[in-house]
Parts: sequence; C-alpha cells; structure tokens
Amino acid sequence: MSATVPTPPRKVNRIGLEVISYKGGKSTLCAGCGHNSISERIIECFYELGVEPTSVAKFSGIGCSSKSPAYFLGMAHGFNGVHGRMPAIATGALLANRTLVGLGVTGDGDTASIGIGQFMHLVRRNVPMIYVIENNGVYGLTKGQFSATADLGSTRKGGAANDLRPFDCCALALQWGATFVARSFSGDKKQLQAILKTAIAHQGLSVIDVISPCVTFNDHEGSTKSYGYMRDHEEALHELDFVPFFEDISVEIPEGETMDVEMHDGSHLRIRKLSRDFDPTDRLAAMAALDAAERQGEILTGVLYLNTQKPNFLELLGLSDHPLASLPESQVRPPKSSLDSVMEELR
Amino acid sequence: MPTLEASPSGSPPVPASPSIVNDFSIQVATVNGSGSQTANSVLMRALFQMGIPVSGKNMFPSNIAGLPTWFTIRASKHGYVGRRKEIDFLVAMNPETAREDVMKLNGGAAVVYDEPLKLNELRGDLHFYPVPFDKLAGPVCPEAKLRKLVRNMIYDGVVAQLLSIDMEEVRRALAKQFGARKAKAADMNWGAAQAGFDYAARTLTKTDACRAERMNQTAGKIIIDGNSACALGCLFAGVTVVTWYPITPSSSLIESLMGYMKRFRTEPETGKATYAMVQAEDELASIGMAIGAGWAGARAMTATSGPGISLMSEFIGLGYYAEAPAVIFDVERVGPSTGLPTRTQQGDLLTTAILSHGDTRHPMYFPGSPQECFTMAIEAFDLAERFQTPVFIMTDLDLGMNNWMSDPFPYPEAPIRRGKVLTAEDLDKLGGFERYNDVDGDGVGYRTLPGTKHPKAVYFTRGSGHNEKAQYSEREEDYIHNMDRLAHKFEAMRGHVPAPAVVMNPKARIGLVCCGTSNDAARESRDQLKNEYGIEASLLRLRAYPFTHHLADFIGSHERVYVLDQNRDAQLLGLMRLELDAELLARLRSVRYYGGLPLDARTVTDNIVGQEGQ
Repeated sequence: MSATVPTPPRKVNRIGLEVISYKGGKSTLCAGCGHNSISERIIECFYELGVEPTSVAKFSGIGCSSKSPAYFLGMAHGFNGVHGRMPAIATGALLANRTLVGLGVTGDGDTASIGIGQFMHLVRRNVPMIYVIENNGVYGLTKGQFSATADLGSTRKGGAANDLRPFDCCALALQWGATFVARSFSGDKKQLQAILKTAIAHQGLSVIDVISPCVTFNDHEGSTKSYGYMRDHEEALHELDFVPFFEDISVEIPEGETMDVEMHDGSHLRIRKLSRDFDPTDRLAAMAALDAAERQGEILTGVLYLNTQKPNFLELLGLSDHPLASLPESQVRPPKSSLDSVMEELR
Repeated sequence: MPTLEASPSGSPPVPASPSIVNDFSIQVATVNGSGSQTANSVLMRALFQMGIPVSGKNMFPSNIAGLPTWFTIRASKHGYVGRRKEIDFLVAMNPETAREDVMKLNGGAAVVYDEPLKLNELRGDLHFYPVPFDKLAGPVCPEAKLRKLVRNMIYDGVVAQLLSIDMEEVRRALAKQFGARKAKAADMNWGAAQAGFDYAARTLTKTDACRAERMNQTAGKIIIDGNSACALGCLFAGVTVVTWYPITPSSSLIESLMGYMKRFRTEPETGKATYAMVQAEDELASIGMAIGAGWAGARAMTATSGPGISLMSEFIGLGYYAEAPAVIFDVERVGPSTGLPTRTQQGDLLTTAILSHGDTRHPMYFPGSPQECFTMAIEAFDLAERFQTPVFIMTDLDLGMNNWMSDPFPYPEAPIRRGKVLTAEDLDKLGGFERYNDVDGDGVGYRTLPGTKHPKAVYFTRGSGHNEKAQYSEREEDYIHNMDRLAHKFEAMRGHVPAPAVVMNPKARIGLVCCGTSNDAARESRDQLKNEYGIEASLLRLRAYPFTHHLADFIGSHERVYVLDQNRDAQLLGLMRLELDAELLARLRSVRYYGGLPLDARTVTDNIVGQEGQ
C-alpha cells in the first residue's frame, strides 16, 4: 500500500475562513487600475483581522471606484446606489442594523463634486463606517474629464491644464471634525494595510483618501495623480504598524520614537517617526502639515488624525443595542393601553 | 365684488332673520403671531363639547409674525366638515384686512370688531357688534405685554355670549388646552373670556340669527389634525427609522411623531430608543437614508411635501428598481416651485405616481380623514415590505394641519407583516435563493437582509441592470424580463390596496369621483345637487392607486362621471387616462379647483350644475 500524500493544511484566519471567502467577482476595471490594488488590500485586511464577511455591508455610489465593491468580500451584502449619495444609504442601513461593519468605496467625482454635501454631513455625524475615496483626479467612466480633486496645473491627456484649485478631501474632513483621517497611495501596500486595519478597528467614521492612478485617462506626463508623480512626490509622515487585539502586544516593542494609540477593541496602532515630528492626535498640526505639503508640492501620506474618544452617531442617538431592523413586534408596537391613553387626551 | 355704499353710522340694526341653529361659519381674522390659536381652538372645542359637529381651518401666511391670518370654524348639524365659502360670523381683529373682510361678507352676516375700527360705517346690511378690546383687556391682564394674547380670549367670551355657547364648555376647553401645569395661564384667559362675555351681555343687543344649541353628535369623538394621526399610525406600525428634512406642511407630522416615540418607544430597562429619528441635510439624504434603512430591514419612512418629492425623484427610481421598501408621506401644498407653501392642493398626484426617470409606477394611499391617516399609515408599511418598494401616502395641508373631528382610532388587529425575508435557517433548508426570481408568481422575489449569518445569504443590490440572480446584466432579455416582472408586481398590488368607498344611488345618472379631502366637499355637494336641483348622484372616493376594478365598474354604471381635482391640470383624471379604456374615459368630466383653499361644496355644485346644463 502506498502512503497517501497528505494534503497541505488549509490556511485559515482566526475564524477559520480561507482568503477565498473574502474575494469577490472578477474586476472589470482596466488592468493596472489603482482601484484593483485597493480591492486587494481590503481583501487582505478583512481576512487577516478575521472579520466575519457576512457582517460587512458594502456601499458605493457611481463611477469606476463604485463598481469595485463587486470585486471584494463576495459574501457581504452590497448596495451600489446613486451618484454621490452613498453616505445616505449607508447611514440608513447602519441605523437599521448597528452591528453591521460599514464599508463605503467612492471616488473623487462621487465624493468631491456631486456628493460633497453628503460627504460633509457623513463626517459631521461621525457615522461609524469606513469611507475609502479612490482618488484619481479624473472622471474615468465618462472618459477623462477633470474632477474637483485634480491639482492646479495638472493636465488632461490632450494637454489642457486644470485652472481651478483642488479640494483636499483630507483637509476638508479635518475641518469638518472627522475622527480618523488618513491618506495613502494605492501602490503603498504596507501603509495602506495598516490604515485599513486601523479603520476596521475605529469606532467612528474613517476617511481614507487613497491616490489611485487611472492608467487610461490620468497616468501621463503632466498628471499629478500618476504612478510616476506619486513615486516622486509621496512623503510618508511615519511608518505604521497595526497590532490586532488578538495578537500579543508585549512581544515586540519597537525601538526609537514610537507612538502607540490603543483602539476601542484593544488593537494598537504603532506610529514610528521618520524624518519629522508629527502628532496624529493634533488636528491643527495635521491641517498645518497638509497646507505646508501643498506649497512644497508634496503628497503627504499616513495617518493625519485619529481621535478614538468622540462618540459616533449611533451612540449619540442612544439606539437600542439590538438592531432596530429585527426588533420584535412587542418592542415596536405599543400596547392598546397606549393608544387608549392618547385617544382619551384628544377627546 | 359688489359695489357697496357705506351706510351712515347709527342706522337702525338690520332686522333679525329666523334663527340659524348649529349651521354657521365663524371666521376670526387676526395677525400671524398674535397668539390667536389658543382662542380659536378653545372656541372650536367648546362647540364640539356641546355635541355640535365642527371643523376648523387655519388659513395662514408663509410668515412667522405680522401678516394676516384667518381661522374659520364651521358648525354643522348635518356633519359637513368641508370648507364653507360663506362666512356668517366675522371676528375682525386685524385692522389691515378688516375693511376687505367686511366687504366680502354676504348681507345679513354678523361682525364682532374692535370698536376704534368703526367698521359699522362700511355697510348697512350687516349686524355689527363693537367691542372695546383694549379697555376690557386692562383690568383682566395687569401685564401689558400679555394683553395682546388676552384680547383674543375676550372675543371668545363675546362670541360665546352672542352665539349662546355654554361658558362652562369654554372653561373646560381652556382647562384642556392649558392642562394642570399651566393653571395660572388658564385662569387669566378664563378671566378674559368672562370679561368678554359680561361685556356682550351688558352692552350688545343680539340682532343676527346664528345660534348654538346642544346636540349629541360628538360623543366619544376626538379632535386631531391629520399629521398627528399619521404620526400615530407610524408609531403603531412599528416604524424604526425616521428620516426627514423640515418643510411645511409636513414638519408637524415628524414633530408629533417625535413626541410619541419618546413617550412610547423607549426600552424601560435601558432607557435606549427602539427607533432612530434623523433630521437629514436635505430631502436627497432623507429618502436615501430611508431606502438604505429599508434595504437593511428597518421599517423606514420620511415625510415631505412637493419640493421634497421633486428632489427625491432619483432615489425613488432606485427604490423601485433595486426593490427596497420605504414609506413616504407627501403632505401636499400648492406648487409648482415654492408656490404657495401654506396653502393646500392635490398637486403631486401625477408626478408621484410615476416619480423618477424610466418606467416607474408607485402605489399611493389617499387618506380622507384622520382615522384613515392612522389606518393607512399602518397598512402602507405592510404594503411596502410585502412588495419591497417605496409606498406613498398622499395627504394635503388641509388634512395634515387642520383640526378634525374623528372617531377614536382602532387598535390594529393584524400582526405586523414583514414580507418575504429569508433567514439563515430558511437558507439552510432552501440551499440558496435568487433575489429577483418571481417564485410565487406575484412579481415579488425573496430577499435577505445584510448581516444574515449564512454564506448563501448574499446578493448585490444595484440600480444598474441586473438579472434574477442580482448579477450585473446589460442583456436585452434580462432587462425586459425584469421590467415586465416589476409591471406584474404593480398589477399584483391591486389586490392589496384598499378599495374605494362607494355610495351608490340607483336613481343616479351621474357620479362623482374624488380622493382625499375632496370628499368633504363631494359629500356635501351631492346633497346640494339633490336638494337644490333635484339631481341624483352617486359618489366614489378613491382610497389608493393603483385603482381597483371598482372604479371602472362605477364609471360604467353612470352616464357621466365628474372627477374632482384640487389642481389645475386634472391630475386625478389624468391618472385614470393612463389606465381606463376610451369608452369609459368618454364619460369623464372634470371639476377642478386650484386656488389654494380647501375645496368647498358650492364650487363643486355650481360647476356640475353648469356642465349639466341647468
């Protein structure tokens, strides 16, 4: 009898799921699109942190970026809504079921133009969800028009220059009181992973602006959202290391000047200083750093601001711990005596 | 307007006509923000407590303070609660409009007025009752800044005396209005009412014919506005997510709901809310949140008016096509654009029925009374979840913001029905599902809710083309199949919406068809047609869209059918054009009113009589 070849053990995460459980459909975006890299990071992070995929609800608006929720977390419900209004749908869904992990993916057209009002109010409410802006400075799906995040002087493929100042979604979010603001680059795997994991652990809104080059309409010479431009101008604020709550924190204590932020779930974000002093719990410092970087033509990446203390919208509303969507009739329809008492008052 | 010559002052009072008992309208003309609402409510309630059927209509400007406002109380022993054009008894408190208000009256009407206005000099064919309000207010109200308010309660006393309204009922109405906690305010107002009463008894000689007498037609009834009635319906429907943006005339629906929710929907053990109420940044967000919440399994709603309906258009298309439930209250006001924001109209019927681009159809309820506001709100949430689609409740400013007499609301007997939702256990048994597959033949697929802990629970929701498995599809066959299923689903709703209320008159050759508040005018007009012109008529009040076969049956059994519309373009009739065949359409005639006031019976009667060639 020949010995059977043992099958290699399946690689699973802490809840026993393989990475395939976190994948989605095949991407229909262009080969090389930054958005596909972001989808990959999302898959890795949710897998590595062992988030139950059926507990996630994905939201998006309209545009190339908003198509991408179909390409990751295939076991999570998703809602691809209307242009610029994803925040409203997400807010409603999270009100209905506060146990959902909300994950929104949007673009710079969806967020900074048609949806800027909803983005603003999402920040104001601190709705507990992840809000990833896949920022390429261009309308891809309608073939290459400038968006409101296109930099001053940046050119279109045909050479026309943008003569309006861009919106900096991170600076705006800081101004509006966001509790977690980060910027990254779709090509920076390690940093984006740490930021996404921090966002999963964060109890409020996480605004993550990811420069994500459009290979078809905005990756040319003269573009400030191209791979080449990002390679030359990205300036990381710090090195990030995310230690999830289920890993032993005491094992590794990094050398040098390191700041540690403890998240609500017991996870830790380790922030190691690079060339500059930067305190991501200081909102004004973050705004000043963004302002200075803009003047120097640098794209600052990293965690710009993190506040783990501010209550989120669902906490402010004093909602029942039980999801509103599934409260039993006995809890949502008052008894006849309540109606009788109101009728008596109106007699 | 007729030319009227001012009669010399001091002319002899017009001789009294025979008594008019419990069949008159009192109009109080004041200034917005002068605090007359309490006095008007007390007057209305006092008549109600005397057992007399009564209705109150507030005609107010889009303004916080300073512009004219009129409150009309109609007492009707016949139980008519629609607006009556003719005013029998005017209380002229607003110097700005007093002259015009007096000139508009029919001969024989009575006028209580502030003495310095000298309105008695304007006409000789009215009954004038001058009252020195400032002189009377001083002694009963030492605080000068409150005198403006107290003046209003003085006219209550004067009117009570002149119309034989029992002062004990005024006192009771005041106590009800202020409650035990504001007893001091109630006392001061009671003093003012008494001062008015005593002055009238001492000084004025009754010469007009109007008089109130006790009846027993209001026993057990309540007084409530339609917006509060809708709010109570939502409360007992088990609504869990309420999103909204302030807009007249729907804001008070939400504000009323807020009060009820705080009172009845807090978990006793934790003090936490079994609901969420969110004031959104605009109507785009309020409907978006409601649809997101409905998708995630909440009983979700929003309330708005015409401008909000316009803004919600895109999201309603998403709700229709992606099939997410939500209930939308449209308290209609006068459009287009800002229009007349504090006046009433049924002006959103057509636009709402097919709201959004592409082919869409939406069910609508047409409550005709506060009690229907309550029961239909409950039904609408069941329908929205049963058919997984946005459902509209069409009321209007007249129903929503005015006070109505009503029977008490019945506690819902049927349990809450949440529609076709598959749980993890269901999926274990079934082994999977296809979101948009019409397995039951009613056009409605089964859905799962996000967060369902089952690997087969997932589906992707999108506003773009999709197949039965909820996969992205641009295929011609998939698109047509899906749209045909949605059309079939709309057809299936006909069996689930309330049938019309029909009063069939076997002798009638003509019929009247209406919806919502037009019913009050239609009911009264039907009596006028018979009593004054010998024209017999049947009446059908639509209670929902899509229409049921009863409408076609009704039209088919009458030679001519008059469709009542509170809008310029005959929108209700227009909706019928989308559905009925030519033979039936040929029988339809249109009666339209669009001046912004509640429809009155006389307008309807005159119009029909004209069209009938009499």
